[in-house]
Parts: sequence; structure tokens; C-alpha cells
Amino acid sequence: MLGYIGKRLLQSVVTLFVIISIVFLLLRLLPEEGYLGAAADKMSPEQQEVYLTNLGLRDPILVQLGNFYADLIHGDFGKSITYRTDVPVLDIIADKILYSLAFGLAAVAFSILVGVPLGILMAQMKGRWLDRLGTGYIVFVVAVPSMVYYLLIQVYITDIFKLPMLFDEDKPITWLLPLISLSLGPIASYAMWMRRYMVDELNKDYIKLARAKGVKERTLMFSHVMRNAFIPLAQYLPATILFTITGSIYIESLYSIPGMGGLLVDAIQRQDNAVVQGLVLIFSSLGIIGLFLGDIAMALVDPRIKLGRGESVR
Amino acid sequence: MGLYSEEIRNITDKSSEQLFEFAVSDENKAEQSGYSNYSYWRSTWKSFIKNKVAVFLLLLVIGIVFFVLIQPILPNQKSPTEIYLDDQTGYQARNIEPNGEYWFGTNSIGQDLWARIWAGTRTSLLIGVVVALVEVIVGITIGALWGYSRKLETPISHAYNVIENIPTTIVLILMSLILRPSISTIIIAMCITGWVEMARFIRNQIVILRDREYNLASRTLGTPSHRIILKNLLPYLISIIMLRMSLAIPFAIGAEVFLTYIGLGLPISEPSLGNLINEGRVLMMSPDLRYQLIFPSVVLSVITISFYIIGNSFADAADPKNHV
Repeated sequence: MLGYIGKRLLQSVVTLFVIISIVFLLLRLLPEEGYLGAAADKMSPEQQEVYLTNLGLRDPILVQLGNFYADLIHGDFGKSITYRTDVPVLDIIADKILYSLAFGLAAVAFSILVGVPLGILMAQMKGRWLDRLGTGYIVFVVAVPSMVYYLLIQVYITDIFKLPMLFDEDKPITWLLPLISLSLGPIASYAMWMRRYMVDELNKDYIKLARAKGVKERTLMFSHVMRNAFIPLAQYLPATILFTITGSIYIESLYSIPGMGGLLVDAIQRQDNAVVQGLVLIFSSLGIIGLFLGDIAMALVDPRIKLGRGESVR
Repeated sequence: MGLYSEEIRNITDKSSEQLFEFAVSDENKAEQSGYSNYSYWRSTWKSFIKNKVAVFLLLLVIGIVFFVLIQPILPNQKSPTEIYLDDQTGYQARNIEPNGEYWFGTNSIGQDLWARIWAGTRTSLLIGVVVALVEVIVGITIGALWGYSRKLETPISHAYNVIENIPTTIVLILMSLILRPSISTIIIAMCITGWVEMARFIRNQIVILRDREYNLASRTLGTPSHRIILKNLLPYLISIIMLRMSLAIPFAIGAEVFLTYIGLGLPISEPSLGNLINEGRVLMMSPDLRYQLIFPSVVLSVITISFYIIGNSFADAADPKNHV
């Protein structure tokens, strides 16, 4: 087990390194105005040239990459250009990351708490009205782009219940709507998979045997069917984490929550290359950590998974 | 003794080179030899039309596509990009609610929303279909090579392990940031991220199928690899491929909405469902103007849900297990 974790960890670190390098090189393809900021108009072309040289943007690309890593190891992500001029990117992000983490984790927990029981109920009432209703919900949420129903929820639910439209840290009620919106997608996928695995499991021979032996329906559900259906579910955990990252980009800027997702939208719109780069690095690292944890969870939960399949693919 | 060698000589005479050539399979002859008049596609179609909802939605989507294509040449249609002026005041006809003149009203600078919505649907469907096609073609090709060729397996797996770790959204943002917004760059950005899932899916299925007995038999008989992949493996995957493809269209449309929202989408001069919804979002604070958000949202939801349901029921119908 430890060997597997070690190998998987090593793989994640290598991947992280490769991705950071690719992202860095790609961002160098962006127009250079993004580095000049608000002062661009006041500078003559020669001044701009000097400015860019001082920033190190005229060095050979590999030297730039080396410097970038040297800075990164010292925890220096560069300085913001237009978003909050000359404030270190890391400080800006540090202010925001707690909001994003709080919303993301709450959404993951909430969607498991609602989605898994919903899937179980749907499987038990297969073909009845609850199942149909749930299926309708899943189809809607999966097919319609999330932006559309996020917007409609924000417009109409706030109207109907007379809620404030924007996030306010001191009013707990304003936490609710963004959280629910963010959870709608993951709830649908948890319910869908849970239902599918439960139905699959219920049709297996050992369940028929247990029924024939007279095992109580309740025992059957809880100690046989659900236990086995949980196993494949573990692998969707990282996908949920990745999803909440994406979802937070919408939700945070819609409700003006001061988190990283909203920051990314702002930084892109203001062409602040340094902030964009820092955020992209953090988002990709979160993705890698999510997948790493998901793999470990899978290995822990299912003893049948062959360890040391470092190079294979799920 | 002499008799035997006589016999052997006769065998050599009787045999000819022709016997050692690979037979070409002829579907018609194959059909003749058996009694069944089973046809895969006919059977698929038969089980598909049993699902009335899906058939209705299929007709609806065909109707929408047809309408969207001929809408510009119909009489009494306005231009989607022209700014209209109010006859009485001479100012721009801003934010006019739906009426007989402007069927879906006008937007905040006086453009006709009815025309814009259909032009936008045209753009979004174009993006969706192109992205879905590229995704399927590239995904299947790479997935098939990845699953079938043992030499390519390790390098592609390593590349995949890196790619899969980057959130798709981030790639989408990066690519659109680097390539300036236009229809073709949006398509490129989505294609770069789209094929990966498809390839992995095809690969996993092929790994399961490639060593089944019928493929082993095929290989021993000397069937070339490309024929095994095309004729033995891919037909098995038709239902899954159709499902992924019909899902790719709603996802591409959704991605376009997302890119527009964060400011990397198409310019307003090129209407798409994404920037129509975004225009509506800006105005949603005033209840009277919410029609500008509702109309494009409804059109978009109808299209994406239809594709999703059609895809799912077609995949069910195409699955040979459901043919009797």
C-alpha cells in the first residue's frame, strides 16, 4: 500500500512539474501589453522595451523558466499588474482561497449527503414517480449548461423568497443559494451513479440467493448492496472536486463572492497575466491533488484493486 | 507406395495458388447463406421509434435545424446585427418588449432579438457539430490505436496521465486567452480538450474486446489489424460513440456560454447563444427586461435537452443486446 502511494505521489509530482512548465510557456504566448498594465499608454516604445527587459521577458525562454522555478520555490508568484498593482499575487490569492475552499468543500459534502440518498431511493423505487422525477432532474442538470440555471436560480429564487441577490459574509442566508447552486450538478451525478450501481447490484445472483435464504430487505440493502455500490462511487470524488472548481468560477462572480473563481474572471478581463498565471497553477495543482486523493481512496475502499498499476489507466 | 506418391502428385496438381489467398467477405453472399434477414440499422431504427418522446424530440431538432438554415431567406425577417431606429423619435429602438414588429423584442442597443436568437442558434449549432465531429474522429482514432497497438500503449498512457490532470476548464481558458476570440478559435480550443475523454473511453472498451475469442480467431486467420479494428471492434462501440457524440453538442454549446461569460467568447457582432444569454444577464436586474434572458435560455435548454435524450435513447436502440 505504502509503495503504491509513494509511486502515485511521485507520478503526481512529475505531472505537476510538466504541467507548470507547459502553462508557463503557453502564457508567454500572450500579448505583452498584459505585462505593462495601466502605464502602457504613457510609455514610449523604448521605455516599454526597457520595462519588459527589466521584468526578464527578453531573456531566452529557458532562462525565464529557470528563474520562474527559482521564484516559485521561494513562494514568489510575481506581482499583480492591473488587478491590484504591485501587490504580490500570492497575497491576493491568500485572501481569497479560504472562501473558495469553504464553498467547494461544503458543496462536495452537501452533494454527497443529498445525492447518495437520492440515488438509493431512486433505485428502490425504480420506475415509480420518485424515480421519474429524479431522472428528469438529472437530465435537466446534465444537459443544460450550468450557467443557464445558475442565472435563473439567482434571478427568480431571490425574487420569490426576497433574498439578497449578492453574497454578504455577515448574513448566513446569503451562503445558501450559491452553495445549493454549486451542488446541483454533483448531486445529479452522485444520484445517477448511485442508482445505476444499486440497480446493477440488485440484479446479481448473490442477492437472489440472500433473498431466497430469507435475509431481511433492510439488511440486504445496507450491508450488501450499498457497500458494493459505494466502491465505484469513490472514483467520482475527484471529478466532483474538479467540478466545484469550474462551478466556482461562475458562482463566485455571479454572487460576487470574494473567492479565486471570481478573481480569475476579473484577472482575465483586466489582462493581468501574473494573476492569471498564479491562479492557473493553483487550479491545476488542486486538480492533481484531487485525482491523487481519489486514487488513494479507491485503493483503500476496494481491496480488489491491483496495487502498483502506476502506468495503467483507470 | 507408388500409389501414394501418385496420390500426392495429384494433390499438388489439384491445388492452386488461389486456395491460399484471403477470401474477400461479401455481405450479400454472407446474407444469402443464412436465413436471417436481420439488418443492424433497421433493427436499431425499429427500437428507436418505439420511444415516442425521443422521436418527437428528433423531429423537433430536425425542425429547428431546418428553420435556422432557411430563416434568413424567409420574408419579413430582420437583420441580426442591424441597429433599428424608432420611427417616431428617430432614436435607437432600445429594449422594446416583444410585439408584432419585433417578435422577441429588441436588445439594449436596438437589435432584433428574434433574428439574433436564430442567428445565434446557427452559430452555436455549427460550433457544437464541428466540435463533436472532431472529437469523435480524433477520439476514436487515438483511442483505437491506444487500445489495440501494444507499442503505442505506454507513450499514449503517459501522455494521458499528464493531460487528464489539468482541469478542462483551465485548458479552455488558456487556449481562448492565447488565440483571440472568433468562431474558429473557439472550435480549436474546444477540440483540444474534447477528444481526451472519448479516446480513453474507446481505449478501455477495446482493451476489453480485443482478446475475445472471435478476435483471436480473426487474428489467427490473418485478418489485418485495420480490418479487425474497423469490422470487429468498432461496430460494438457504435451505441457508445453515438451517445458521446450527441452529448458533445450540448457540452460544446455550454462551453461557449462559459467562455462568453468570462469574457473570452465571441464578439457581440457575431451572435451566439452564449453572448445572447450574457447580454440578458447584464439586464436581469430589471424584471421588465428579463425576456432578453429567458428567450435564449429556453431555446438553448430545448436544444441541449433534446440532443441529450435523443442520444441516450439512440444509444439504447443501437445496443445489440436490446435487439431481439
